[in-house]
Amino acid sequence: MMKSEVNMVGLYTIVRREVTRFCRIWTQTLLPSVVSTILYFIVFGSLIGTRIGKMNDVSYIEYIIPGLVMMSIITNSYMNVASSFFISKFQRNIEEMLVSPLPNVIILWGYVLGGVCRGIIVGVLVTMVSLFFVRLPIGSFTIVLLTAILSSLLFSIAGLINGIVSKKFDDIEIIPTFILTPLIYLGGVFYSIQLLPKFWQKIIYLNPIFYIINVFRFGLLGRSDVEVSTAMWVIISLLIGLYCLAFWLLNKGVGIKT
Amino acid sequence: MNALIIKDLKKDYQSYPGALKGIHLEVDEGDFFALLGPNGAGKTTTIGIITSLVNKTSGFVSLFGFSMDDDPVMVKRFIGVVPQEFNFGFFDRVIDIILNQAGYYGIGRQVAMKRAEFYLTQLGLWDKRYEVSRALSGGMKRRLMIARALIHEPKVLILDEPTAGVDIELRRSMWTFLRDINKQGTTIILTTHYLEEAESLCRGIAIIDQGNIIEHTTIKELLSRLNTETMVLDLKSPLIKAPHILECKTTLLEATTLEITFSKVLSLNDIFLELTKQQIEIVSMRNKANRLEELFVHLIRHDS
Repeated sequence: MMKSEVNMVGLYTIVRREVTRFCRIWTQTLLPSVVSTILYFIVFGSLIGTRIGKMNDVSYIEYIIPGLVMMSIITNSYMNVASSFFISKFQRNIEEMLVSPLPNVIILWGYVLGGVCRGIIVGVLVTMVSLFFVRLPIGSFTIVLLTAILSSLLFSIAGLINGIVSKKFDDIEIIPTFILTPLIYLGGVFYSIQLLPKFWQKIIYLNPIFYIINVFRFGLLGRSDVEVSTAMWVIISLLIGLYCLAFWLLNKGVGIKT
Repeated sequence: MNALIIKDLKKDYQSYPGALKGIHLEVDEGDFFALLGPNGAGKTTTIGIITSLVNKTSGFVSLFGFSMDDDPVMVKRFIGVVPQEFNFGFFDRVIDIILNQAGYYGIGRQVAMKRAEFYLTQLGLWDKRYEVSRALSGGMKRRLMIARALIHEPKVLILDEPTAGVDIELRRSMWTFLRDINKQGTTIILTTHYLEEAESLCRGIAIIDQGNIIEHTTIKELLSRLNTETMVLDLKSPLIKAPHILECKTTLLEATTLEITFSKVLSLNDIFLELTKQQIEIVSMRNKANRLEELFVHLIRHDS
């Protein structure tokens, strides 16, 4: 068998295992995002949103949908890989892969694609739920799809790095709780940049999630606070940077080899 | 041909420098090889380096002529490993653990399924294939790890204390299974604390202590160095004091239990003849301790 065929079987095995894992515990992995998004739609969209009126010329509930979908994609991609990789380390079944001839790049992509699958599935579910509340115009399906895939890739890789360097269960909760969630909430899910004071309008450009949410909003509603090309460059640059870091950590055996 | 060659292998942990102090080891193809040593001697570190789970500080490792540094993928294909501790997903089903492992070696699911059926049946786990691994007993988990290590049909099987905590009946059935695997041509490297196990199964042996190989020979050659043997005899009638038997050292453990330590110059016939002369009747007899165990303890003590 050719080396590439062997690697493809290995990659398929890891992705299949990851998808089976999160589907088996779907009440912990797929359902919570859908339920919390329904609550956001009811509370912020239908109840409070009608009093807020329009934001960037669209109804408030329409305005928050891209952010909520993207929030689900980001958190699910991230948590899937971070927790799955850490649990593999904790149970030591990561060794099953380390003793096998699988190159590190395949292990990396196996976990990351597992995270992408969960992120995209949850994103689709949340989008479907949103259709019960409002009709989405969809400005550019290509941008929606591209942004969803790139973002889930980016945060799956970030989750993998978190999983690699984590030494205890608390470590895989610290970054999502104290860094990721604030960045998402302050990244323009619920408001336009134009509502912020001048100083904070500049600061928000340092938040990568601001670009992701805005380019996704452009794809769905045709409205954005930043240039699509700028946002894409930011996402792709971060993606390459984090990919190189994750690959280096795996090759060094950080957290997995002594 | 050598299945495994290790040259000047060193490992320094941050908290434990000198875990391996430049060991040399050669294992012949088809051998059943024992790597023995007390706790913390460096056995698991050596196995960890061979299986790529531990980064070496320096040295050379090759399997079937392929260097670990130059061709790690090829080297990994040759190895199946059964680690000391359970290292599979607790919530994964037995069949998934086996099929996934096959997948990591590039084996398609159809072929993997046939092999899984073969090995799980051989190891008495086929009926448990849909159970999650955490529901298995300790012995079953050990056998599952052996099945998993064999799924890609490795040329070298490394077992790190595979029978720890396993009852005698199961241990013996595992020995039979491992002997069969070895007869079919698989080189086996075994670490164990049960020296009876090493004596019964292995041909080659290395003893490692404090990061150094202190013996590297065959079990037969090692045992031939024993020049005394100790037997424990159960007597029909009680004795008041230990009798004088030729040049043997005798100790009366109980009124009807006599311990005799004798040089190999003497034969058992000479001893029995003398016992008969003194009208001491023997009901049963046994070796005081495992022969290899005696040598092992002697070597380790001497080394330290």
